[in-house]
Amino acid sequence: MSNSVTPGVPVNPGPGGATGPDRAGQDGRRPTIEIVNASLGRRYRAERRFRFIGMSAVVIGLAFVAILFADIIGKGHSAFQQTYIRLTVDFSAEVIDPEGRRDPAVLRDANYLKLARDALAARFPEVTRRADKQALYGLLSAGAPLQLRERVLADPGIIGTTQEIWLLADDDADMFMKGRSTPVDIERGSGLASLVLVEGDEDNQVQVRSRANDFSAILRDLADYREEGRAPNPGSAPESAPSPQSVPTLESDLASQEVLGPDLPSHLVAINGGLVKVERATPSAVIGTLLKPLTSNVDAPADQWEILRFATPENDRRLKDRVVAWLHDLGAAGDIEKRFNTGFFTQGASREPELAGIAGALMGSFYTLALTLLLSFPVGVGAALYLEEFAPRNWFTDLIEVNINNLAAVPSIIFGLLGLAVFINFFGIPRSTPLVGALVLTFMTLPTIIIASRSALQSVPPSIREAALGVGASPLQTQFHHVLPLAIPGMLTGAILGMARALGETAPLLMIGMVAFIVDTPTGFLSPATVLPVQVYLWADSPEVGFVERTSAAILVLLAFLAVMNLAAVLLRRKFERRW
Amino acid sequence: MSISVLFLALLALMALAYHAGVKRAVSAAGGHAGIKSLHSLPGYYGFYAALWAGLPALLLLGLWAGLQDHLVISLVMAQLSPDLVAGLSDGQLSLLVSDIQNLARGNIVAGEVTPGIQAAAADYGRLQQLATLTLWILALAIGLGGLTLAWLRIAPTLRARNRVEGVVRVILVVFSSIAILTTLGILLSVVFESLLFFQKVSVIEFFFGAEWSPQIALRKDQVGASGAFGAVPLFAGTLMVTVIAMLIAVPIGLMAAIYLSEYASSQVRSWAKPILEVLAGIPTVVYGFFAALTVAPLIRDLGEGLGLNVSSESALAAGLVMGIMIIPFVSSLSDDVINAVPQSMRDGSYALGATPSETMRRVIFPAALPGIVGGVLLAVSRAIGETMIVVMAAGMSANLTWNPLESVTTVTVQIVALLTGDQEFDSPKTLAAFALGLALFLVTLVLNVIALHIVRKYREQYE
Amino acid sequence: MNAIAEDITRMTGAMTADDLAPLRDFSGTVGDFTSPQARMICRNVDVHYGDKHAIKNVSLDIGRNEVVAMIGPSGCGKSTFLRCLNRMNDTVPGCRVRGRITLDGQDIYDKQQDVVPLRAQVGMVFQKPNPFPKSIYENVAYGPRIHGLTNDKSELDALVETSLRKAGLWEEVKDRLQQPGTGLSGGQQQRLCIARTIAVSPEVILMDEPCSALDPIATARIEELIDELREQYSIAIVTHSMQQAARVSQRTAYFHLGDLVEVGETSQIFTNPSHKLTEDYITGRFG
Repeated sequence: MSNSVTPGVPVNPGPGGATGPDRAGQDGRRPTIEIVNASLGRRYRAERRFRFIGMSAVVIGLAFVAILFADIIGKGHSAFQQTYIRLTVDFSAEVIDPEGRRDPAVLRDANYLKLARDALAARFPEVTRRADKQALYGLLSAGAPLQLRERVLADPGIIGTTQEIWLLADDDADMFMKGRSTPVDIERGSGLASLVLVEGDEDNQVQVRSRANDFSAILRDLADYREEGRAPNPGSAPESAPSPQSVPTLESDLASQEVLGPDLPSHLVAINGGLVKVERATPSAVIGTLLKPLTSNVDAPADQWEILRFATPENDRRLKDRVVAWLHDLGAAGDIEKRFNTGFFTQGASREPELAGIAGALMGSFYTLALTLLLSFPVGVGAALYLEEFAPRNWFTDLIEVNINNLAAVPSIIFGLLGLAVFINFFGIPRSTPLVGALVLTFMTLPTIIIASRSALQSVPPSIREAALGVGASPLQTQFHHVLPLAIPGMLTGAILGMARALGETAPLLMIGMVAFIVDTPTGFLSPATVLPVQVYLWADSPEVGFVERTSAAILVLLAFLAVMNLAAVLLRRKFERRW
Repeated sequence: MSISVLFLALLALMALAYHAGVKRAVSAAGGHAGIKSLHSLPGYYGFYAALWAGLPALLLLGLWAGLQDHLVISLVMAQLSPDLVAGLSDGQLSLLVSDIQNLARGNIVAGEVTPGIQAAAADYGRLQQLATLTLWILALAIGLGGLTLAWLRIAPTLRARNRVEGVVRVILVVFSSIAILTTLGILLSVVFESLLFFQKVSVIEFFFGAEWSPQIALRKDQVGASGAFGAVPLFAGTLMVTVIAMLIAVPIGLMAAIYLSEYASSQVRSWAKPILEVLAGIPTVVYGFFAALTVAPLIRDLGEGLGLNVSSESALAAGLVMGIMIIPFVSSLSDDVINAVPQSMRDGSYALGATPSETMRRVIFPAALPGIVGGVLLAVSRAIGETMIVVMAAGMSANLTWNPLESVTTVTVQIVALLTGDQEFDSPKTLAAFALGLALFLVTLVLNVIALHIVRKYREQYE
Repeated sequence: MNAIAEDITRMTGAMTADDLAPLRDFSGTVGDFTSPQARMICRNVDVHYGDKHAIKNVSLDIGRNEVVAMIGPSGCGKSTFLRCLNRMNDTVPGCRVRGRITLDGQDIYDKQQDVVPLRAQVGMVFQKPNPFPKSIYENVAYGPRIHGLTNDKSELDALVETSLRKAGLWEEVKDRLQQPGTGLSGGQQQRLCIARTIAVSPEVILMDEPCSALDPIATARIEELIDELREQYSIAIVTHSMQQAARVSQRTAYFHLGDLVEVGETSQIFTNPSHKLTEDYITGRFG
């Protein structure tokens, strides 16, 4: 409990007698206690201010932690899911294996891209224009054909059959499904809606009319959008409120219609299984293109149709409205879903976000850290043992000690320079391998391990050493058989913390070349590799939204490992902490 | 026939030698009953034999592996026909060397493959194989020779334990010296390369020049020729980012430490302190990501909302996030230092009727000031040497300015930029990175020494 | 204990562990614990540290312009009781104080009572001298500064000089007021702490074994000082040394493991104590 000061009633000078006149007589001034009481208010205010500042500092610090985590988790949690599209794929024998020999080389080289595209085309037969088809094919990831190939190679028996396969979606579609492309607002129509096909130059133009003027919401939204200065005012006439009873014709509304373009939020009407992209709107009717065919032309009762709003204008997003229409269609049919993204943990780096994973980086980190531990722990413990137990106290050992303390505070990038100049340039060890990374990290964590090990050795009481020497053990035997085992928990704690720091290091590894684009998972200490933090650094540069998500997820994995390691160190320390 | 296999083979040989040594010792003593007559436990004889078998061979392996490449390359270059190498600059020569190496290893070659290069590559491959074979033979021979020698020497009177312990001690001394070796290595490599740099660019221009644009003409006729290597904008940028970071970290860290040690209940302290320490454990690349993708755009939008012109890679963003990272350094160092002030000091002040804030401000803080200053210096040193946050959030443009809303670059960013491109090793660009590294190392060394000195003196005062 | 040991104990009159246990059937303090015109009045004070009952139902007055010595074996609560008088026990976690302690009629543990002016009126000198790592001048000026007793530099100078004179340190340090207080000898440091306490013109000065860390010469000087200070202040001193208590105090209170066993005129306590335990302690049979 701290010295809590409760401001309150000041102390009275007390009943007469020796206090009042005596006191005043002594110094010839006001009684001390009166002066003190007078100053109390100011002092307690200062006290409260000071305390408040202190508490705010703590709160701000904690807030930073919370904000950081909230930001990373918010950006990254969706990466653990990946969107898949279900399509009916015809494993046509003519495409895959025309000669029917089931030769693996032939199977491997077959045109699976065509199979995937054919499946898409079969699903959306209404897509005919070339530009539209390109957009349609863009729904699937570049890895989708590889999925088909894996299927066929695993089981050639499916050639000639038709299967339903869940294929990997492209990252644009994935982002949309995760809500990162645009916010989607849905409102149910409150009035009866009727459909009228529009004759005109354009195909697929439809007019939707609502009895309840549902579309005034669209007009309001556009007006708000323009007011915020985000789009220029087209100078159209203000909307007029028509009488509810009449069913106005398009012509009568011409004066009050709004025209929507790609620089404004998109609005779509989902009705009778189709999607109408609103191009012109009045409070009671809209005209637009059919992005998805209607199943019927009957009137749709209230609550059976919806108005969709995409807050980000088409110009500002990668997925155009017609693609969204297809996704919507797939969604309605249950042919698109998000699944746990195992690929994130099993795949290596890739230029496509949906195919990118951290497997390569994880293995690289594993090899590098394992080697670092193998090198630094014995050397660190050995050095600490010598310096603490055997070294004579002369200028040389003092120099070593000063050196170690300084090295612990040297910026990590300097070790990268050391690695570059000595290991790569002089010794010729290949760049970007776990070996050279481990060597650099060893030099970096060695001071930490030595310092931690020394303090672990210091905490072992001298009586242990004296007892061992007393029964005739040699100095070395005393150390290895008696002292070291008692100090091991502290040393392990230091080693774990050192490894945790090494796991997160990026700068020195950049110096030694671990920035290359490595796709294959490393297999040994001399194969090219990258480590997890460097992978984060590389991905952070990529502009695609999909990579932002993945980078954050990789960070979460990294932080999880660090949390586990730190927790292990704390538990170890707590379990083996002995009070001598 | 790789070197790692040889390494494992030698380890296996050592294990074999151990067993042979133990058996030999036991039999020399006349069976298990006679073990007492041995000077040391049988295990030590085993280690004796293992060390004799393995140590010389491993040493040879280490040295050879390090130098083999150099030797082979010099031999190959010596055998190259003169017209291939005539008139090549240093840089082009090393390109040639890497071409030969790549071709021999089966990798992609940068230049064109002339018959001369083909022959050289074939030479290279042949020599490498020869060298590796020689190494194998020599290493195994030495290993077996050592084993035999040890085996012959084993007798009950042999003081195996002493011999083994002597070797162990030497190994421990070597391990301890690695710390010195590291510093020496850093100094040597950085100084060596910097000296090469200062042969090409003057020291004055580097330390006092105000223009930094390290472009070097690749061919004589290229436009945008020689570069300027004045590092003053880099130093200024580093300084600005550091100052911004300290302005955030020192007040927050210090006041948080004061609150947690003097005002907070032990319950609050038990969870608030570890959470603040979390900030210290987060890898800097995460901070860099946060700075580049969240903080910098936020600052830019805020600034533009206020009508200011804010770069998307402002020094303010980088400095702000770096400050957040440093808060736990300042906070935990200050906490240690404040707690080291004896309770008797606080008692004396309270007994006189001082409030906790008066006690802190007038007694404890001044008493702890040297320690706090030392801690702040260490934090400054950390900020100066920080790389990832600035690489990801600060810019590349060497801008000499006082305005934190503009983009600046720092020493560490330039080191990374100069060394992660594709250039040969001795062009002024890469050497400049070493010169920058030297400057960085010296400054942080001086700061650390001063800081540790201050903190140590302060601790002595209270112990 | 075996029979032989018991015999030896009886013969030499040494105390057994039983004798050193807390008193059972304690019927109350022997002697008059009151004082006419008392500065501080304590009635039925109980102090608990966690589960430990450190002070049991102690009542004692601190008289005006007198020195009250509190003696007793180690760990029997003297310092704890002393620290109640200026509420320094508030800084100890888990400490609970019950009872009534008044300064000039005002209950110092009243919820409304402010601790800051209380400590300005009841000063404390600690066992181990604890001058601040500031100059001698600043050490003495610290109290007046924080309480805002004066804003005038010359007044402050005069106050510092007066306090140092009263503490008997002026002559020795008048030429080096700016030097650090920690550079003085042990006795000088303690006198500096006394000067520091006097500078805020307290009513009562509490001293917790002030000489136990000092050599005999410094001790003697401080005992002289205490006698001089008695003219202006009321002093309560805890001491381990009975001789010191006999030398400096007018009234003496004997504490035994949390109970106030006996209190009375110093001369009477040391020549003719009423309670057997007091006598045993005085004659050195334990403690």
